[in-house]
Amino acid sequence: MKREKRHEPDLALHIEDLTVAYEGKPVLWDIDVNIPPGVMAAVIGPNGAGKSTLIKTVLGLVKPTAGHICIHGYPPRQALKRVAYVPQRSSVDWDFPTTVVDVVMMGRYGHLGWFRWPGRRERRRAMDALSAVGMEAFAKRQINQLSGGQQQRVFLARAMVQDADVLFLDEPMAGVDATTEKAVVALLQELRDQGKTIIVVHHDLQTVRDYFDWLVILNVRVVAQGPIPEVYTGENLRKAYGGRIALLDPDSSGETPDAVPREVVN
Amino acid sequence: MLELLGNHTVQTVTLGAVLLGMVSGLLGSFAVLRQQSLLGDTLAHAALPGVCIGFLIAGTRHLGWIMAGALVTAVIAALFVQVVTRYSRIKMDAGLGAALSVSFAVGVVLLTYIQGHASASQGGLDSFLFGQAAATRPSDLWFMGGVTLAAMALVALMWKQLKLVTFDPLFAGSIGLRVGVLETLLTAMIALAVVVGLQMVGVVLMTAMVIAPPVAARQWVSRLEHMVFLAMLMGVISGVGGVLLSAGVAHLATGPVVVLVASALVTLSLLLAPGRGVLWSWLKLWREQRSIGQRQMLVTLHKLAEHHEDPYYPVERSMLDSFYGVATSHILRRLQARGFVVPASHMRQEGPHWALTDAGHNEARQELERMDWNQAEV
Repeated sequence: MKREKRHEPDLALHIEDLTVAYEGKPVLWDIDVNIPPGVMAAVIGPNGAGKSTLIKTVLGLVKPTAGHICIHGYPPRQALKRVAYVPQRSSVDWDFPTTVVDVVMMGRYGHLGWFRWPGRRERRRAMDALSAVGMEAFAKRQINQLSGGQQQRVFLARAMVQDADVLFLDEPMAGVDATTEKAVVALLQELRDQGKTIIVVHHDLQTVRDYFDWLVILNVRVVAQGPIPEVYTGENLRKAYGGRIALLDPDSSGETPDAVPREVVN
Repeated sequence: MLELLGNHTVQTVTLGAVLLGMVSGLLGSFAVLRQQSLLGDTLAHAALPGVCIGFLIAGTRHLGWIMAGALVTAVIAALFVQVVTRYSRIKMDAGLGAALSVSFAVGVVLLTYIQGHASASQGGLDSFLFGQAAATRPSDLWFMGGVTLAAMALVALMWKQLKLVTFDPLFAGSIGLRVGVLETLLTAMIALAVVVGLQMVGVVLMTAMVIAPPVAARQWVSRLEHMVFLAMLMGVISGVGGVLLSAGVAHLATGPVVVLVASALVTLSLLLAPGRGVLWSWLKLWREQRSIGQRQMLVTLHKLAEHHEDPYYPVERSMLDSFYGVATSHILRRLQARGFVVPASHMRQEGPHWALTDAGHNEARQELERMDWNQAEV
């Protein structure tokens, strides 16, 4: 196989001219996204803005119509071990017959050879990750006994054992309790401080400024992207959400408004 | 029933049932967990036109041709469903249903054509509709054994890939697994298992062999490897049990009896399995309701005693009855048996009175602490 030259190696995620369409309808239209390494970035936008599709395309789960993607300068197929993924909790059947530690070990499958079974080393890694998310007492539990917040912690532990440089999380705060949300954010910030890049599809506009330091506002096209103070403005949010947003302080030059989305985001 | 096992035909059929039970339990586990139970049904019905085409090509009832034809049409139907659900708005259940009925219709048309035109003695293809276990020949066992072995080798070698694709296909794709290829492989193997069972159980009932053992097994286990193993065991039990039952009672069709045994296993598992069974959850609910009544009563008595600044404050039962709105004597008697309350003779003219013991106060205090803790956690 021909080794391609690295393209934009200084960016954790580089997306150029990307268009994705389902059944002829564009979900993402000609977008460029650049996220530097070591930031914790939120991807926000109204329902149907293409947030999940963006992540799925980067991970190779959805085929783009046009454009290219680089992760630390490599095309996604060559960067599989550099990325970790936390899908939406609701995308799996939690009645599947398996245990908590088993699910976390799945994060090591990509590093194992094709026919190798996970062994003691994988189990130890999984247990370490479980104690980092405060779930070591649940290691041997059946996964159908977990609450929503616990499910999310298990998924986060699985992503942690992947040893990735870039973590993609799809709505990790959806439907979890306040304690878990705080714990998840603290863990993600710790990972960022270790130099990893965290990219989160987020739905709660009110917490964007508290949790993140980088922002991508999406609505089929990229409305704005960059460091939070520059991008989180009333004007940008209004551009993305249109009339579906109520800005609590709409005047005062529109800087750092408290925004409450009027639509129900799930 | 043991002398039956000396019979050569019964030996062959029993061995066939063992192999069929193993392969369908093994692959059925993955089909059921991927919520594609109907897939087995569609594959089985789609095999019928293949059976007829195989017969037409060979010109006789040659099993090799018939099996090959069945496999080809079953796989075509499965691929049709995969393509249709991926590239159109048709959902999986509708796609499976459409493929099932269309291919079964084609199969029956071909079947009647053959019965009308081919020499009548060559017919007998309708035995594939409901199965004819007695027609199993020793040479068929090699084919069945080969398929079973191949399926077991596949699952053993690719265990973690199959497990991951079944549990979390999105994540599986994100670490570079070819999800579509693995799903097609699983489907093809299930088609093979269905073809293996056609002769024995028949087109119409084959799906039960794919669904029933895994569903029954799921009730008893909490790990995938245990589920797969138990499903294979349940498949073998249904197969062998069905063969022996039908051979022991003259003139019973083997296939349906096998399916009935499998269904009985499912019913038993749904009722009895610890943790998930219906009876189990009733028992748990009843226990919890009972213990909640007792815990509430302890706390009430404790608070009343505190309020009256008398740890042994006797409370009249009729007052408790009206406070709770139900008769409380059975709750109090159970608490007495556990040593938490004692009857108190307060005033003889009035109704029975009860007072908390020291142990009862302790228990009530612990209960209150638990409640505080639960609230803090939420």
